[in-house]
Amino acid sequence: MIKSNRLTKEQYEKNFADIHPPFETKEATLVEANRCLFCYDAPCTKSCPTSIDIPKFIKQITTDNIKGSAHTIFQSNIMGAGCSKVCPVEKLCEGSCVYNFMEETPVTIARLQRYSTEKAIEKNWQLFKRKASTGKKVAIVGAGPAGLSCAHVLSREGIDVTIYEKESKAGGLMTYGIAAYKVTPEFCKSEVDYITGIGGIEIKYNHALGQNVSMEELQKNYDAVFLAMGVGLARKIGIPGEELEGVVDAIEYIYRLRTNEYNALPVGDKVAVIGMGMTAIDAATQAKRLGAKEVTMVYRRSEAEKSCTQHELDIARLDGCATIWLAAPKEIVGKDGKVTALVCDVMKLGEPDSLGKPAPVATGETITLDVDMVIKATGQKPFEELVNANNVQNKYGKITIDNNATNIKGVFAGGDCVNGGKEVVDAVQAGKDGAKAILKFILNVEG
Amino acid sequence: MADISANFLGIKSPNPFWLASAPPTDKQTNVLRAFEAGWGGVVWKTLGSQVKNVSSRYSAVDYHGSRVMGFNNIELISDRPLDINLKEIKECIRLFPDRAMVVSLMADNNKESWHELIKKVEDTGAHGFELNFGCPHGMTERGMGAAVGQDPHIAKMVVEWVMEKATIPVITKLTPNVHSVVPTGRAVVEAGTNGLSLINTIQSVTGIDLDTLVPNPYVAGKSVFGGYCGPAVKPIALKFLTTISQNEVTRRVPVSGIGGVSTWKDAVEFMLRGASNVQVCTAVMKHGFRIIEDMCEGMNNWMDEKGYKTIYDFIGKSVNNITHWEDLDINYHHIAKINQDNCIHCGLCYIACEDTSHQAINLDYGNPYNNYSVKDDDCVGCNLCKLVCPVDNCITMEEKRVAPEYMNWIDFQKKGMPLNDH
Repeated sequence: MIKSNRLTKEQYEKNFADIHPPFETKEATLVEANRCLFCYDAPCTKSCPTSIDIPKFIKQITTDNIKGSAHTIFQSNIMGAGCSKVCPVEKLCEGSCVYNFMEETPVTIARLQRYSTEKAIEKNWQLFKRKASTGKKVAIVGAGPAGLSCAHVLSREGIDVTIYEKESKAGGLMTYGIAAYKVTPEFCKSEVDYITGIGGIEIKYNHALGQNVSMEELQKNYDAVFLAMGVGLARKIGIPGEELEGVVDAIEYIYRLRTNEYNALPVGDKVAVIGMGMTAIDAATQAKRLGAKEVTMVYRRSEAEKSCTQHELDIARLDGCATIWLAAPKEIVGKDGKVTALVCDVMKLGEPDSLGKPAPVATGETITLDVDMVIKATGQKPFEELVNANNVQNKYGKITIDNNATNIKGVFAGGDCVNGGKEVVDAVQAGKDGAKAILKFILNVEG
Repeated sequence: MADISANFLGIKSPNPFWLASAPPTDKQTNVLRAFEAGWGGVVWKTLGSQVKNVSSRYSAVDYHGSRVMGFNNIELISDRPLDINLKEIKECIRLFPDRAMVVSLMADNNKESWHELIKKVEDTGAHGFELNFGCPHGMTERGMGAAVGQDPHIAKMVVEWVMEKATIPVITKLTPNVHSVVPTGRAVVEAGTNGLSLINTIQSVTGIDLDTLVPNPYVAGKSVFGGYCGPAVKPIALKFLTTISQNEVTRRVPVSGIGGVSTWKDAVEFMLRGASNVQVCTAVMKHGFRIIEDMCEGMNNWMDEKGYKTIYDFIGKSVNNITHWEDLDINYHHIAKINQDNCIHCGLCYIACEDTSHQAINLDYGNPYNNYSVKDDDCVGCNLCKLVCPVDNCITMEEKRVAPEYMNWIDFQKKGMPLNDH
């Protein structure tokens, strides 16, 4: 049965408490910071999509230069605070820490980054000064990580930025699409406020491109446009029963979790999650923590091909989520319009597909899971109709760019709407790259 | 099991570890606790005319997350009444007759005062004296402590006074606040001191509070130079000890080594450089007396491994391994080798060599891991890369002699050999 209010207030609080708690004391922070070897041409920095100078910011913690530390981080990644909470660091900076070669726990870079950036946000240290206005104006579509990052770089250079955001809050997937135990709505708001605190950035909420504002208006009223609207809902799997009550989209489900009280969100007794990416993990753990009795994750390939990190999978397993590998959803069965079971084809691995992963092939056998809820987390769908309607060149909805420029002069793009969906930190870098291209276009300077 | 018992000028102790004259040896409570923990002996905190101390008294230097790498103090000699000290010394000797009880002295600057103090202390049954000619603060302004130790003539005179009266062994403690400890060392040996000990603390300012702008330790908005000690001073102590061990006069008497001794390894190093025993202070002020356990066990295990039966089998064994620069073998050459299997790709060797040395490490860019290798022809064998490498035995120095025969700088010049050979 799908129902809400399964747990007590205390249980919800415990289940959704910060999964990566910060350092409690300065001393604890210093013990960790002093472990950093201060590598040259550091592998951690090279593994960060935004190239944060990690040894430098950690060194600055040890010298009591927290402002400098925060500046070092924000200079490369203005969402450094949020990234410290949501980045899959086990496959990025921490995954490449040289301590791994010594069979030693890597330096907890994310936690140290959180230390410096949270202080900066809490004390509202504005560490960047906006240059005098150039009189140039840029419109950005989408106040997610890519849009905000682009806006901050542009504002620093004296550009007046207006962001058009279809939601009532900024932050994009950071605010709406990430498990609640990683970031809180309060944190997301404070991060957005901190970023826009530099000045010169106006966010127009509840303004969706194509509905409340047109591309023509943006092109007419601004010197350049940056498209950073991300991706939409999950793609349809295309199996019978997808329309049944109890079948939900993972992103939408997390959106509801992030915008409602925990006890207001209904969850099934037995939940199946389709997919094995980071969003699938978030959906599975959140369902379990909302009080689902059983959560089973099904994936059509084997464990070796999973796209989530081992660390994330371990979290799901520790939460008690089961995994079934080599199981491809075939049909969702229902009774009286409600989900009762998920039927999966049992697969085996075949030749590599276009992604280079072994393609799963049906064996002819099936398994049936008795479930009353199915959460689909099989990747998100780009806004194909929207980009086509505006004649933006794209490939299956993903915008085609050349140095961040689209086929339309003065219109640039970056982030998930270009790559189809990557990490927050990738979107931040895309925003920086977009800003650089835009600055070159409107000011003819290197940003 | 090796025998680590020690006999210093006839003063016997079950191990060669004494507590130095300092706050840990200021009173019966502490000393009994030290003996219970297993310390071989103590040098009782300096007795003399009673003084008054200030608050605060200590400060420290931390380094890279490690507390008390260096330590300093502005305490004076014992500020307790002499008769109480004497009574307690007697009691400690009675309770632990197998431990060494040496008493540090700093009498007022006249013969009578010294003689009177010596008599009183000998009456306790103490085994020896240590003359405090080293205290660098507070007492110097009164013409005592380092003021005595810095002037060989005064030091000699005071030792002569002492030797007239003392019937138990006398150790003279030297101050390092001089360019060389040898002149005073020679003077006091010639005056008859039975042994030497060194080093006392080094005048220092450990740091300045960036909010109050007052140096540490803070006393009502002011500070003074304090005596520096702890692990940071060990290399300086070893240098001074070496000069005493090598001088033909000072080497005639046994030396008690002091200065940053924290572990059995430090102790062995001091003893290899000629100390017959060691004295410890800062390490116990940081960790308590229990560190004696590993000091004894560690030294014992090392001696067993090396086949040394008693401490006298290795004392002084390294004294002759420090020579004059002119005597070094100029044909010796070694170069760094990076063991690729152990390398963790941190790049610390590369940047140290590239920025500050000889650009002798090759960088092969990778993502995210670079590979590093030594350019054999450019390496001068300075050791820097090996020193900064965080992995033991990742970088080794491989011997590549220039020529098989020994040649020193003097011969090199005589032969008119070229300077620019690399």
